[in-house]
Amino acid sequence: MVAYLEAKNITIRFGGLTAIDNLSFKVERGQAVSIIGPNGAGKTTIFNALTGIYRLNEGSIHFDGKRIDGLAPWKIVSAGIARTFQNIRLFSDMRVIENVLVGTHIQMDYGFFDELFRTKRFKRLEDEKTRFAARLLREVGLEKRIHDYADNLPYGEQRKLEMVRAAATGAQLLLLDEPAAGMNPKESEELRQFILQLKDRGFTILLIEHDMNMVMNLSDYIYVVDSGRLIAEGRPHEIQGSSKVAAVYLGEGGAEEWAC
Amino acid sequence: MERNKIDVEAFVYSKRHILTTGAVLLLLAVPYSGFSQYIIRIMIMVGLYIILALGLNVLTGYTGLVSLGHAGFFAIGAYTAAILMLKLNMNFLLAAVISMTAAGIAGLLIGLPTLRLTGTYLSIVTLGFGEIVRMAAMNFESVTNGTLGLRNIPRPVFFGYQLTLANGGLYYLMLALLAAVTLACLAIKNSKLGRALRAIKTNELAASMMGIYTPGCKLAAFVISAVITGLAGAYYSSLVSYIDPNSFTFDISILILSIVILGGMGTVRGMYLGALILIVFPEIARPLMEWRFVVYGVVLIVMMRFKPQGVLGWRSSIPYRIPDEKNA
Repeated sequence: MVAYLEAKNITIRFGGLTAIDNLSFKVERGQAVSIIGPNGAGKTTIFNALTGIYRLNEGSIHFDGKRIDGLAPWKIVSAGIARTFQNIRLFSDMRVIENVLVGTHIQMDYGFFDELFRTKRFKRLEDEKTRFAARLLREVGLEKRIHDYADNLPYGEQRKLEMVRAAATGAQLLLLDEPAAGMNPKESEELRQFILQLKDRGFTILLIEHDMNMVMNLSDYIYVVDSGRLIAEGRPHEIQGSSKVAAVYLGEGGAEEWAC
Repeated sequence: MERNKIDVEAFVYSKRHILTTGAVLLLLAVPYSGFSQYIIRIMIMVGLYIILALGLNVLTGYTGLVSLGHAGFFAIGAYTAAILMLKLNMNFLLAAVISMTAAGIAGLLIGLPTLRLTGTYLSIVTLGFGEIVRMAAMNFESVTNGTLGLRNIPRPVFFGYQLTLANGGLYYLMLALLAAVTLACLAIKNSKLGRALRAIKTNELAASMMGIYTPGCKLAAFVISAVITGLAGAYYSSLVSYIDPNSFTFDISILILSIVILGGMGTVRGMYLGALILIVFPEIARPLMEWRFVVYGVVLIVMMRFKPQGVLGWRSSIPYRIPDEKNA
């Protein structure tokens, strides 16, 4: 059976530095898969490769049966992959609803002529997508913020907005890059529930995270990366008990303290 | 202070239909209101610079790409229309359309190499473009008559009726063009392309992650901006009947940019106010007339330092229009 997303033996080099070294992983449809590892291990580089920002030196990436490595970012998004960023990249000078509407860009199927002359098609699609965006925001509890400017939102809501915006593209696979960064335990738990809800709605999630509680209580499968190489993979309980993984995070001596 | 601004904005917004209609009626009545030709000519110049500002605004205000060479598109529009009307006896409308196309093509040609450039480098390329156009106009003597310029450019003729200052024809033509360009800019701003351009301005990487084809959008901004500026050029050549390369200097590019920044980058209302202030003030403060380009530069510096969003560039607090749900 062909996996929904599959990276086969991918290698990425920047000059003399090998950032990703012969890495392979796969994600099945409907799963929540996590990539964990120390800082600088190459996790965000993987995301950048998946979304077409970096080119592969070797290997290939397949999504939904099609080869996607080498495609331009906008083509990959149209194919159904959307992402959030480690340092939030909202459109700060635009309103919350406008941010989500930018997310619906590829779903708004009208041309320049339609917008210049305000045709029926334009009105219909704009109304449809605006209602859709408002509904999405309502469902995640950002209703009171619809008209606010994105940079006025508190941190946790900004992160939520980024995810809603990614979901609005119509993508089925969401790449979430450290969504819980900077959150306190309560916020992280809310986020975990939120991601589970996304999974229930049919999204496939690929997650980069450091928050082990979230990773262990959310993932169907985990890949552990260090210095660009895959050093372990398995189901949460397998990774939890692995001293090899502990050594990578905590150093040899800290392996005994590895408990969640 | 913020409170007052928001109340004013809400008030104006709620009365916008009446206010717009009133303003339009007043503007239509101007040629019959006893103003001297001198005043009417100033009003036409204000209108012309509003159009120029609206054009630059699409590239700089919406998309965040600062052009220091928009006089180049202005010149291309003016010279193309002038040459067509003088040498081929073409009517104004057709000449204007061809001028807009020529300017648009120039916009495409300048946009393409700048796609991968950011900020300062892009601005320098546009600066070079503006100068190249002016040099070309000076040296391409067989076509443009070089530094001697082109004289006796005919006034527009509509249905056998010549439009002049005296009969108000030029004034009404200006109003018509201004209305068309304003509506076009508003249409673009509140649509898919407008949002995409603003997204690119704020965070180009994130915009590309939304599936937006950023090179295409940036080129579209260049072309639209150039086309509007070219239209202004075509009208200008017919208005003043004489153009030469010195009408399209770097100073003009800076003037347009100053209007955009003073009024409020990214807004349409800012273009109206900016042009009104910067075109009218040299007429009022006659001693400043020779120093006006110095003033434009000072305006740029002061605005960018203290109020980069411009006089009318505050964030709108009017709620975004969400259409009602048809079913719950």
